[in-house]
Amino acid sequence: MKTTRREFLLTAGALGAATLPWPALAAPLFESIFMFVPAAPGGGWDGTARAIEQACKTADLVGAFQFENVGGSGGMVGLPRFVNQRKAQANAIMVAGSVMIGAAISAKSPIGIQNVVPIAKLTEESGVIVVPNNSPIKSFAELVAAFKADPRKVPVAGGSAGGTDHILLGLMLKALGRNPKEGAYVAFAGGGPANAAIIGGQVAAGISGYSEFEEQIKGGRMRPLAVSGEARIPGVNVPTLREQGMNVVSANWRGVFGAPGIQAPQRAALEHLVSAMKDTAGWKQILTTRRWADSYQAGSAFEKYLAQDVADTVGVMKDLGLA
Amino acid sequence: MDALSHLMHGFSNALQPAVLMYGFLGCLVGTLVGVLPGIGPALTIALLLPLTFKAPATAMFVLFAGIYYGAMYGGSTTSILLNTPGESASVVTALEGNRMARRGMAGPALATAAIGSFIAGTIGTIALTFFSPMIVESALLFGPAEYFSLMLLALVAVTSVLGNSLLRGLVSLNLGLLFGMVGVDLQTGQHRFAFGQAELLDGLEVTIVAVGLFAVGEAMFMAWKGHAAEGKVEKISGSLWLDREGWRRSWKPWLRGTFFGFPIGAMPAGGAELPTLLSYYTEKKLSRHPEEFGNGAIEGVAGPEAANNAAAAGVLMPLLTLGIPTSATAAILLSAFTSYGIAPGPLLFEQQADLVWTLIASLYVGNVILLVLNLPLVGLWVQLLRIPAPWLYGGIILISTAGVYGASSSIFDVGMLYAFGLLGFVMRRFDAPVAPMVMGLILGPMAEQSMRQALTISAGDFTTFATRPISGTILAIAALMLIVPRVMRARK
Repeated sequence: MKTTRREFLLTAGALGAATLPWPALAAPLFESIFMFVPAAPGGGWDGTARAIEQACKTADLVGAFQFENVGGSGGMVGLPRFVNQRKAQANAIMVAGSVMIGAAISAKSPIGIQNVVPIAKLTEESGVIVVPNNSPIKSFAELVAAFKADPRKVPVAGGSAGGTDHILLGLMLKALGRNPKEGAYVAFAGGGPANAAIIGGQVAAGISGYSEFEEQIKGGRMRPLAVSGEARIPGVNVPTLREQGMNVVSANWRGVFGAPGIQAPQRAALEHLVSAMKDTAGWKQILTTRRWADSYQAGSAFEKYLAQDVADTVGVMKDLGLA
Repeated sequence: MDALSHLMHGFSNALQPAVLMYGFLGCLVGTLVGVLPGIGPALTIALLLPLTFKAPATAMFVLFAGIYYGAMYGGSTTSILLNTPGESASVVTALEGNRMARRGMAGPALATAAIGSFIAGTIGTIALTFFSPMIVESALLFGPAEYFSLMLLALVAVTSVLGNSLLRGLVSLNLGLLFGMVGVDLQTGQHRFAFGQAELLDGLEVTIVAVGLFAVGEAMFMAWKGHAAEGKVEKISGSLWLDREGWRRSWKPWLRGTFFGFPIGAMPAGGAELPTLLSYYTEKKLSRHPEEFGNGAIEGVAGPEAANNAAAAGVLMPLLTLGIPTSATAAILLSAFTSYGIAPGPLLFEQQADLVWTLIASLYVGNVILLVLNLPLVGLWVQLLRIPAPWLYGGIILISTAGVYGASSSIFDVGMLYAFGLLGFVMRRFDAPVAPMVMGLILGPMAEQSMRQALTISAGDFTTFATRPISGTILAIAALMLIVPRVMRARK
């Protein structure tokens, strides 16, 4: 971990040059890409967008990237801006995901994910249900029993109301034949306070994306009871909800979208770019270091997935009284 | 001691010339970022995140640590000189700091802020080195019920910043609490006071409100007063440094401020604003010259400045020991860790000992760099006051606008900045204090959310606030703070 003076100077130079376009050597697929992130720098969508940039540049797929971050309210501040300002722009892409679907529904916004052109789904993350390590609840069956007895006595911590964590709790209660509105859902702003409330034993259980809890699970401070994806997370020995007799599947996905009004060949070109990007060694490397699950899906398969996800989300948000 | 030998190894890494240069660069950028209103360390580090693809981890974290600590030092400068805090943790500093500057004591105010920051930062870093696990475990005992009680305590402490007129102070505070309601309600997802504006759904940004009320409002007020204001930007008189009296009156507030800042900073929902407020309240109550408060009492600068720097060190504890980010900057640092494939968590100290100890060592080094950087700068900063008022305040408007627009590239936010600037102007015109409004905006949402979280957990039982031991104790202290001064007064 030693630093040479040369590295220092390079980095110091890069401080100023980080946002400047770098010349590409081979002929790239796109001269330039306008990357729109409907979230502030530093979050999950921003991380995905920067990773795409990194993979594309390393493989010389794209000459230059131009970024715009417009954060706020699960993407509902940025999305209308992308739709209005980038109409028919062939080289504009936006990163978004399941969070935006719920946000659009609860905001009752006229502009939703249906207003942009789906290009591809890239990554997916399972949710996980945990209890504090010293909790009297030791197994998923015991948690189910507690929910069946009275969900109001089982406070569950997660992210903001109506987000993916809350929706998962709603789906679980519904599967148990309870009214989702009965859930004692304790919303926390951001992963930090939620983590602290769970390991401090302030709540009975917690729900979040797996990576949010991963280190606490490894460190033995949280006990994972179930994951919410179709299948188990590779390398993680936690059974899915389905395996434990509950027919609920949910995952937090992230993908890329094109501007409204682009022509079929322009859409195909973007699909080609993303498809080439996901095959690069650089992208695979990023997936490994970030522990993102590859869930690449494009074309009509992705469209079908989206439609189903929107319908499911509307349903459960109605049950929760949020739509 | 094991920690000590690790730390020594950390120093041997952190003191390499190249790493030192990163630290110096970070401190410089951080100070600048702290001085400029509207731009904070979180945003700066977020913008530098793409560099993590290129540079080695140690270098980047030393750089980020420098920016983080540097911003805390820089934040006080504009608060004191120009009554324009660049971020919410410096709002309390402006109260006495700017009064001191107006009395020609800008030098000692800046000096006590810088030295207090150094002492608090160093004590904080020492505690971080040796007592992290212990303090973090205690902080975890704080649940929503305890936070609500703590917020009530803070609301009692707010009485110390209400100013001369109780009525005006309370109007300002309550407007702040009302502004805190704007946006999507965290617990239910309902929209409140957003009037269909997507930009309002995340609530009012504290930074924009604070910069608007203080910086833009102050500039408008100066413009309105016109030539009457000239000569009001005081010439510097007396020593640029702390005299014997200054030291004597500062050292206890420094230590008390540290005592407030560090544990509250380490709490998962603590923050840096709360300790500055508690420190101010305490200093005002303990002072032998309470009449000086409101006219530039040095204790009112020394305490809060130490508190916010100690809180900055405190925030790093849950991040490094548990991987739990408790502030915007900590959240960005967390994502920087993950982009190196490093997962901060309970195992970080074992798995990344080299990196963590270099980082901690660089915090000590950074503090020294910042002191060395900032003390000579005091002389330079006070020269700012020689700039003619129209230019100076014109510059403040320009920088505030650029800062707010740069942070979000949103015209709406710039509009908000001016709207709150206008409000700040009107409040100054009618002699209403603006600090309680900012405090209301910060404390209101925290109090409301933690109360409702606590009630969800207790299944609607209000006695939870009194029956939980820590929560009950804090409530009792808050009650005493309200009652005792009145009883004492009655007995006199």
